[in-house]
Amino acid sequence: MTHLLELKNVSKVYSRGLLSKIATTALADISLTLESDKPTIMTVAGESGSGKTTLAMLLLGFITPTTGQIFYKGEDISQLRGAERMTYRREVQAVFQDPFAVFNPFYTVDHLLTVPINRFKLAKSKKEARGIMTDTLEAVGLHPDDVLGKFPHQLSGGQRQRINVARALVLRPKLLVADEPVSMVDASLRASILDTLRGLQRDYGVSIIYITHDLTTAYHIAKSIIVLYRGNVMEVGDVDTIIKDPQHPYTRLLIDSIPWPDLSRRWGETEIKAKESDISDHGTGCKFLARCPFAMDPCQNPPPLFRLSEYHAASCYQYEEQPGLPADQLSSVLPV
Amino acid sequence: MDPILKVIDLQVSYYTDAGRATALAGATFSLNPGEKLGLVGESGSGKSTMALAMVRMIKPPGRIEAGQVLVDGVNLTALSEKEMLQARLSKIAYIPQGAMNSLNPVTRIGSQMTDAVRAHDRGASKTSIDDRCRLALESVDLKPGVAQMYAHELSGGMKQRVCIAIGILLKPKVIICDEPTSALDVVTQRQVMETIDRVKDQIGAAVILIGHDMGLMAQFVDKVAVMYAGRLMEVSTVSQMFTDPIHPYAKALISSLPRLDNKGVFQGIPGLAPSLLRLPSGCPFHPRCSQAMDICRTDIPPSVTLPGERAVLCHLFSEKVQL
Repeated sequence: MTHLLELKNVSKVYSRGLLSKIATTALADISLTLESDKPTIMTVAGESGSGKTTLAMLLLGFITPTTGQIFYKGEDISQLRGAERMTYRREVQAVFQDPFAVFNPFYTVDHLLTVPINRFKLAKSKKEARGIMTDTLEAVGLHPDDVLGKFPHQLSGGQRQRINVARALVLRPKLLVADEPVSMVDASLRASILDTLRGLQRDYGVSIIYITHDLTTAYHIAKSIIVLYRGNVMEVGDVDTIIKDPQHPYTRLLIDSIPWPDLSRRWGETEIKAKESDISDHGTGCKFLARCPFAMDPCQNPPPLFRLSEYHAASCYQYEEQPGLPADQLSSVLPV
Repeated sequence: MDPILKVIDLQVSYYTDAGRATALAGATFSLNPGEKLGLVGESGSGKSTMALAMVRMIKPPGRIEAGQVLVDGVNLTALSEKEMLQARLSKIAYIPQGAMNSLNPVTRIGSQMTDAVRAHDRGASKTSIDDRCRLALESVDLKPGVAQMYAHELSGGMKQRVCIAIGILLKPKVIICDEPTSALDVVTQRQVMETIDRVKDQIGAAVILIGHDMGLMAQFVDKVAVMYAGRLMEVSTVSQMFTDPIHPYAKALISSLPRLDNKGVFQGIPGLAPSLLRLPSGCPFHPRCSQAMDICRTDIPPSVTLPGERAVLCHLFSEKVQL
């Protein structure tokens, strides 16, 4: 059976200008598969510059990979044409970070929902279109009467973000790429938006790639996690295992720095080694080397992934004695 | 110890075309030197208005209606505009939200810092100003060379630290930070917060941290003030707030937090925050409150001081005091 989504050795390199030799590897050699029969929520986590948004842009087809290929239902997405391309466009949807920036202030929110319905000819009549709109709005926990006919400025941030989710849902997507969907929403509304996303996966069978720097929400919503740092995979596996027992020094630093709303769990005592200003980008070895408290000689070479348990692998020479995990087998440590 | 900052019954309204919006309806609290207060609340609850009012930067159609802000014994609300200009940065510093994007892109960091010092001390010699800038940069963990750089050469965390350095140039007694880390990732956030903590100790200032990240509050502040619709609903120490919140809104806020031991439980607060133009009668929280009584619909609750320096604005407690 073909996979819903397959990334084969995908890399993205941004180069500066025509003559400059300096290139930034935003994403290095990532292979990944998602199955269509098992909808899941997968988190891609990392700090700014880790390549998480690059991954989202690649999946959505906004940019093309420098090397490697991305397959959607067995077809290379850069080769899709005509009807197949439309299907891909319809079935892979996105929710972005800023619920304030994506609305056109001159249109009511109905516009945002009717455009996709018309574009993909989902309804035969106005009445049917209206039906789809009210159904999807209810599915994301909004009362259609509260929001239809309103302008974006009349709605709260949480309502807008839920309308964005509804817009994606109108198209009955198979895959939703959510790039920091709750980072600009008030804490009290976060819970309800995350709950909405989880409902999509559970009730509508939508697979979600949840991109975030917030490991707290990742822990609560996702099944599996990929931790990125400067375009490289640092640690992958089951979200419970990684958040509660991180093994890679970078993941440990990240989890240690989460401000938990819990007085018994104080902010990490581990010192942050290098300041970001001291780090140069041009090492050939482990990307985390400059900031790593456990740096050793072998770290001058890029570390492969080592499998620590069934659903856990880390890219660090500390675990050298564990069996290696070939980069293209990444998905085998991701529970669904 | 005498409090370094006293805010007494501060009130701010905005006069809009749709009517008068009371953004801050009588806030009273005090802070000791070296103390850190966290000001939390949903968007539109009046957190930033409170900060702006304390530095008297409320612009029309907004107006400070009443109240006093005492820093080190000086009533800021009674100062003339010229005196206030001098008081800002030397008595009270305000680091606004997104301050890191307010650095001038076409002048070097150093000259922006020099500007700030010159504005307060016209006669200062160039070497003394340079020394001051260098020390300020050092205390936020930046190299002196940063003074020669432009804003675009710095990362987000570094820009935020430059803003803190500018804020502490004149050793203010009170530092107000409005969401200093909302655009930064967790590791940088921790570095910035540790920086604020360290400079606070160096100059012995009180810090007010505004934000809605309760996790950050738990890790950083000593006292938490929960705001709702322009009122301070509860002010208590951080341990009281997280182990035993007493105001129903504070309770709901604390229980909506994601923790490690309740995976997959999403408990939001039902309902939406009210518009300041159409506040419900009585307690502004009563339509969303699970413990609302008849009196909550008609009377605004008084502020009740409980043992352990807690203050709470709720009828549940005003009755207990009367009994």
